[in-house]
Amino acid sequence: MTTAIASRYTAEYPTIAPSLPGQNLVWLTALRQEALSKFSALGFPSLREEEWRYTNVSAIEKKLFAPSVIGQVQETVTKELLSKYQLADAWSVVLINGHFCAELSVLDELPESVTVMSIADALEKQAEIVEHYINQAVNNDEHSFVAFNTAWFTDGLFVHVPAKLILEKPVQVLHLSTQNDALATTRTVIVAEDMADIKVIETFVGMDAAYLSATVTEVFVGANADVTLYKMQCESDKAYHFGGIYVKQAKDARFTHHNFAFGGLLARSDIHTDLDTASECELNGLYLGVNRQHIDNHTRINHLKPHGISRELYKGVLDDRARGVFQGRVIVAEDAQKTDSQMNNRNLLLSNDAEADTKPQLEIYADDVKCAHGVTVGQLDEKSIFYLQSRCIDEETARNMLTFAFANEMVDKIKIKSLHDQALEQVLIRFPQEGVNKEWL
Amino acid sequence: MLSIKNLTVNVNDKPILKGINLEIKPGEIHAIMGPNGSGKSTLSHILSGKAGYTVTGGSVTYQGKDLLEMAPEIRAREGVFLAFQYPVEIPGVSNIYLLKAALNSIRKHHSQPEVDAMDFLTLVKDKVRLLEMDEKFLYRAVNEGFSGGEKKRNEILQMAILEPKLCILDETDSGLDIDALKIVSEGVNSLRSTDRSFVMVTHYQRLLDYIKPDFVHVLAHGQIVKSGGAELALELEEKGYSWVEDSKAAI
Repeated sequence: MTTAIASRYTAEYPTIAPSLPGQNLVWLTALRQEALSKFSALGFPSLREEEWRYTNVSAIEKKLFAPSVIGQVQETVTKELLSKYQLADAWSVVLINGHFCAELSVLDELPESVTVMSIADALEKQAEIVEHYINQAVNNDEHSFVAFNTAWFTDGLFVHVPAKLILEKPVQVLHLSTQNDALATTRTVIVAEDMADIKVIETFVGMDAAYLSATVTEVFVGANADVTLYKMQCESDKAYHFGGIYVKQAKDARFTHHNFAFGGLLARSDIHTDLDTASECELNGLYLGVNRQHIDNHTRINHLKPHGISRELYKGVLDDRARGVFQGRVIVAEDAQKTDSQMNNRNLLLSNDAEADTKPQLEIYADDVKCAHGVTVGQLDEKSIFYLQSRCIDEETARNMLTFAFANEMVDKIKIKSLHDQALEQVLIRFPQEGVNKEWL
Repeated sequence: MLSIKNLTVNVNDKPILKGINLEIKPGEIHAIMGPNGSGKSTLSHILSGKAGYTVTGGSVTYQGKDLLEMAPEIRAREGVFLAFQYPVEIPGVSNIYLLKAALNSIRKHHSQPEVDAMDFLTLVKDKVRLLEMDEKFLYRAVNEGFSGGEKKRNEILQMAILEPKLCILDETDSGLDIDALKIVSEGVNSLRSTDRSFVMVTHYQRLLDYIKPDFVHVLAHGQIVKSGGAELALELEEKGYSWVEDSKAAI
């Protein structure tokens, strides 16, 4: 009798384990072992799981991506990607194929009380504080990608901002993938103490190759603190991407997320946040699918205490045979009276073969709340087309302009100029530019 | 400028306009008044080229050309401007972008080069001041989150910048408070000239206190049942629409 092996990745683990950071930390070894056994039992999520029913990740199992060795870096690729994506007006941490690259990172003149370092460094220098937070915003039971990440992560980012500190410039973590068949598994932990204020940008880019990015980000927003997190997912169009973002908001904390899903053959993002009393969250998303891209966004807003406010707007533009998935869940606990929540998902289909699957879910256990949700899947609004025609613009240009505008509404929410321009560029290269004059924008 | 002859229009096989005749000369202001459902909005939509209407008879000639043959954007480039009753919100496109795109479409249509960026900005800012708007409006998305009054003002701003020949104002006074009405009216009055004509479609006489028409036509049941000077509007206000609707029955 043989025991079924849920994943071929499990067999590879013993060869990888000795190179992972934090070897000397007993708690971490235990945590990784627990994660490994959970992952080994389940393998990657299957279509049978309700939260994965639209997204088939079996290709990841077939491909068997392998972690890359530190130092194997294609310099030309790196240089090109850096010049395009590294933000000049931000501190940046560069991770290449899942490994921190000190030479390319820019961390000069960071305030002394603020920690921004690779998580491998943090496990050496500040192990206690990492231990305090890691796996606290999510745990290995969430789903097997999280367990996989906990067992496999090679490096990542650790950010700690002390109470009341407002960080003037944003922090960018730039994930570069420069190898075919490579696996980049990274873990990021962001801690903003009470009344702190920070903006973090997670950028994912890669060379034209098939690779897997599997990343987990945990965010802790202290009382009355403010965290804005941007995700710029510009992976190669052959790549696989899983990114989970798990947030714990304390009392009166504000969390804003802007999720731009542009790249990837198969890309999935999970954004989950837990809200305490009177905390607020805003989740914005834009996904653009062309060719055979499959882009899945999964959000969960968990109102645990009274007076929370949540606003969510996800927009998708899908062309060719692309498929977009939106699953948005809002949970209002029995205690969470006076919750005010709005969730919206709007999809624009540009081709007959494009598909949008959208599933908003409200689970309300309190009786004095204001919750709304709306979903649309459709084509451009004829009234808007006529309005533009009556302003001298021909129909085709009007259609292109409105398609652009539909996406640009989300781009315009970006408050960081250089990042705004990057996102704008991504929108413009994906859709017909006739009708959109870049110089006039 | 505009000559409408015996125009009949159906919507879903139902006659809405039943033989409209109207002559508008350069520089004239015509008010089209009438109760709800009289066909006022249909007339302004037909002139601007909105889809969903079937012309079953008659003709509309604009500056010697068959207006009904032109696509909506060609009409606009030729100088027909519709100020919408319900201006559309377009998130993601800024006001200034739309203005530039519209103005340059007109210039291209007339084989003129693109407007110079600095000249454009000067022009736009002048007009923004004329309508007592905040310059910030220019950089906001078209009509998004604007109040009713702001939307109407924005329509007049577009009109001021595009300098059309024939301006159709569809229920411009609806949803305006008195201050906004004054500003909008002043904007319109400043655009009056000997070679520009206006068609004001309105349910209420109030707008005509501020923009004095040369002619008033009363539309009822798809026909113009009475025409006269500005004084006709006052008479209507006093006697109500039933007065003209009854007179139609007498025809």
